[in-house]
Amino acid sequence: MSAVIENHHNEHDHHGPAKGLKRWFYTTNHKDIGTLYLWFSFAMFLIGGAMAMIIRAELFQPGMQIVEPEFYNQMITLHGLIMIFGGVMPAFVGLANWLVPMMIGAPDMALPRMNNLSFWILPFAFFVLLSSLFMEGGAPNFGWTFYAPLSTTYAPPSTTFFIFSVHIMGASSIMGSINVIVTIMNMRAPGMGLMKMPLFVWSWLITAYLLIAVMPVLAGAVTMMLMDIHFGTSFFNAAGGGDPVLFQHIFWFFGHPEVYIMILPAFGIVSHIIETFSRKQLFGYSSMVWAMLSIAILSFVVWAHHMFTVGMPLAAELFFMWSTMLIAVPTGVKVFNWIATMFKGSITFETPMLFACAFVVLFTLGGFSGLMLAITPADFQYHDTYFVVAHFHYVLVPGAIFSIMAAVYYWIPKWTGNMYDERLGRLHFWLSFIGVNVTFFPQHFIGLAGMPRRVPDYALQFADWNMVSTAGAFLFGFSQVFFLFIVVKTVMGGKQATDQVWEGARGLEWTVDSPAPYHTFSVPPKVS
Amino acid sequence: MTNVRNLICTFKTQFIVIAFALSSQLSAEWDALNMTKGATEISREVYDLHMLIFWICVAIGVLVFGVMFYSMYAYTKKKNPVAATFHESTKVEIAWTIIPFLILIAMAVPASKTLQTMYNDEAGDINIQVVGYQWKWQYRYLEDDVNFFANLTTDLDEIYNKVPKGENYLEEVDEMVVIPVGKKVRFLITANDVIHSWWVPAFAIKQDAIPGFINTAWTIVEEPGIYRGKCTELCGKNHGFMPIVVKAVEQNEYDSWIAEKQAAAIAMAELTEKDWTAEELVARGEALYTTNCVACHQVNGQGITGIFPALAGSEIVMNDKARNIEILMEGVQGAAMNSFSYLSEVEMASVITYTRQSWGNAQNGDGEIVAPKDIVEYKKNKI
Amino acid sequence: MGSKKKTILKLSGAVAAMYLFSFLLVPLYDVFCDITGLNGKVAQTTNAESSISIEGREIGLQFISHNNAGMPWTFKPSKEVSKIKTGTMYEATFYAKNTTNKMMVGRAVNSVAPTNAKDYIKKIECFCFAEGIELMPGEEVLLPIKMVVDNELPKNIKNIVLSYTIFDSNLENNIIMDHDSDHAGS
Repeated sequence: MSAVIENHHNEHDHHGPAKGLKRWFYTTNHKDIGTLYLWFSFAMFLIGGAMAMIIRAELFQPGMQIVEPEFYNQMITLHGLIMIFGGVMPAFVGLANWLVPMMIGAPDMALPRMNNLSFWILPFAFFVLLSSLFMEGGAPNFGWTFYAPLSTTYAPPSTTFFIFSVHIMGASSIMGSINVIVTIMNMRAPGMGLMKMPLFVWSWLITAYLLIAVMPVLAGAVTMMLMDIHFGTSFFNAAGGGDPVLFQHIFWFFGHPEVYIMILPAFGIVSHIIETFSRKQLFGYSSMVWAMLSIAILSFVVWAHHMFTVGMPLAAELFFMWSTMLIAVPTGVKVFNWIATMFKGSITFETPMLFACAFVVLFTLGGFSGLMLAITPADFQYHDTYFVVAHFHYVLVPGAIFSIMAAVYYWIPKWTGNMYDERLGRLHFWLSFIGVNVTFFPQHFIGLAGMPRRVPDYALQFADWNMVSTAGAFLFGFSQVFFLFIVVKTVMGGKQATDQVWEGARGLEWTVDSPAPYHTFSVPPKVS
Repeated sequence: MTNVRNLICTFKTQFIVIAFALSSQLSAEWDALNMTKGATEISREVYDLHMLIFWICVAIGVLVFGVMFYSMYAYTKKKNPVAATFHESTKVEIAWTIIPFLILIAMAVPASKTLQTMYNDEAGDINIQVVGYQWKWQYRYLEDDVNFFANLTTDLDEIYNKVPKGENYLEEVDEMVVIPVGKKVRFLITANDVIHSWWVPAFAIKQDAIPGFINTAWTIVEEPGIYRGKCTELCGKNHGFMPIVVKAVEQNEYDSWIAEKQAAAIAMAELTEKDWTAEELVARGEALYTTNCVACHQVNGQGITGIFPALAGSEIVMNDKARNIEILMEGVQGAAMNSFSYLSEVEMASVITYTRQSWGNAQNGDGEIVAPKDIVEYKKNKI
Repeated sequence: MGSKKKTILKLSGAVAAMYLFSFLLVPLYDVFCDITGLNGKVAQTTNAESSISIEGREIGLQFISHNNAGMPWTFKPSKEVSKIKTGTMYEATFYAKNTTNKMMVGRAVNSVAPTNAKDYIKKIECFCFAEGIELMPGEEVLLPIKMVVDNELPKNIKNIVLSYTIFDSNLENNIIMDHDSDHAGS
């Protein structure tokens, strides 16, 4: 994804990038920083994925084979944290960096130096997090949701470093979102009203506001933890008058909007891709915008559906059940709009479109299991079982991650000037598609049959499907190494891409050269 | 001819038999893949709700994906070179906002009703306090003064694949929770250290066990049987190893079980008075060590470096009997070692003696045993 | 560029406000719990007179106790099960004894079952309202509870369970596993 630099097509170019490593450390160019974010998230995706392989390998058969329970708990914790904060979120920020300025006809992000800073503190945060693996007592072992008191009174000493690294990740996200909002609000090309913005820009605007609302709450939660651990306060400690359930409320007040932070940009991406490859204007643009806004607003009033079993009063359980079910309405509208866009289109199935179609189907499957989970009495049976694991992996892997892969295939010709190898792309898609379903579909069954999540070992009746799931996981895992190969191959060379790249592509980013020059839209374009 | 006909006939029956066997096996397999119908009225209601929502989702899925797959098939660039140009319709948007909303209401009504019934926790014929510990469950029968712990009994050799796994691998405990059928049994669920969650799928009960809180759940089990469940909230290292086993029995069987438990408590008190030899105590202590201590201090008494201290070669375990008792009785403040004062005098003495006699501790230290009387003495001095 | 600065300032303000809000959630949660009974705790009432009226029906009252994380005190209700009348004042005690040779501070946390009984229990006095119960080595004490169950208690509630869990409130003892402690063998 490195921007290949033959960039003197544009007369407004002031200067090209610096040479060597310095370019990457000091860069304030949105394309460079986008590239850094994307490579970083890919690295984290592979590290988090390696941890997933350890988890699945241990679960291949009943009995303890390759790791000890203590280490297994560290793996599930780090896998979750790394995939969420290191994989999915930075990938979306990377895409925002690359695309938002080009889509709105701006020369760069509004705050380029802060942009550099918000990226470069990220590797540091994850270095701290990963180094906890080598500390006495091991890495954090309380799950990515870090419920007190397991994460306070009963936590390993490395928890302090975990808190520190979450703070840095939060700061990075907050700076990133401020940058996105300021860019979108102030730097749109003349004539581009809010309701004319490309949907990816809209989705990121809403995401950035969500981030600004909830990342400080996460920071607050870990600060309180830190104070409980080191300064003798008792926010979550019953012995001092605190309340462990309060932690869960604060955490999920952050956590639920966080879930949508990881899916809204995907909605934007998929809308563009379906529109392009159906060669037909997106159906219901304004209802898409409204749907995203309502999802974002609803996300603040559904948090306790993660806590149906903590013993809330009936009224609270009913409220959170109903509000959660309500989210199905705007989500449904989005799915219907995508399908209506395809209906009577003139469709071709290049790799980005394959990923986008798989997104629509598999994300909707995840939505269905989400709806089932919203039904409180049934949730008592599903809660904290593999059914939940299957649910959120369906919305995150063939949801968020497929959308990121689709985006990479879709825009990489613009980034590098080279077409990727279509045959290899399709092969990667089919391997991933099969892998993801073989991994996660059986997890619905083992969850319903009664296997709890976050266990390193299980009873014999769950053995068959766990074996299948592990086989799928390794297929999926190795397919991503193949993805790395395809991306590197494309960066190195390939068929020269045209400026428009795709026949049906619309939007400002397709009007500039391929590869996109180092500086674009130094003079704002006119939008009619 | 008749032969042939017979042959066909046999084939036919065989085919039917095989098909029938297959389908019944399939449906049995299907049952193993789906949520349990369970053993109570509530659990069946929950199952029905689950299936209702499931089929509604399937119906919506067939419809929506049907249109999608049809579009993917019928409107390829080859078949439809020029795309239509429509891109908006307020009427359609309103329709597909309102229809899902109505479907959701149809789901919410029965769900809310079932939830209300589940919350009807006003009273129980039998009340059992359930306390989650790292990593076992304690049960106190509030009316009958019966109190015990349930520990996993699956052998470590099974877990580490040294011997074949038993039928109830990881789902077996040393003491089952016994309840009578046809009575309203109420569970008052809490925890001792971190948050656990008490789940028995057959009763559709899952409630978090939170230190300081009492969460309630109730059940009326219809059929005698053994129902197995698990802890479902990550509670540390051995979260996967603290199962729940409930045995539902007829009322008279329940009554005699209660009487038996009460008699056993009295017998235990008598054992305390007895003079014990080291061998007797070690024999008793080994099993107790396995259920209570192995998780941290390990089978070989070596602990885990940096987290759980070694008992083998420990100065206290070898030579400081008084401090040894004190640690077990009071726990170590600021460390993972909690008090085990809930063990009976006999159990406490046996497990301490076991550690003092094993791994060469007796040879390298003073070799003193701890008798139940020592524990009684310790408690007396405290009061 | 003026409007850009304005946006940045506004957004930074929003971040700071949300950070403060996360701390504000702590007292808000307590208020919310008082109103909804979310955490199943009974708050102190100063004015219980309205609930003391004509003697109502008889209900069962059961006290249960638990020592959290092996809290070494002896801590139990003086009387576990009793029958009480709604609408009348009821007094009970818990027995607590510090069995260690150090001064200790305990803190009791209360919880009620069934949850919907909570609104009808008026506690005038309870040791669970105290921030800490301080006991010298070997000291024993009877801890008082004074309460009224309102006559309005729903008819289907025939039995109330009041649970008290005693925690060691010396927070130093609750801080992350300390490996230098005088644990056996170290």
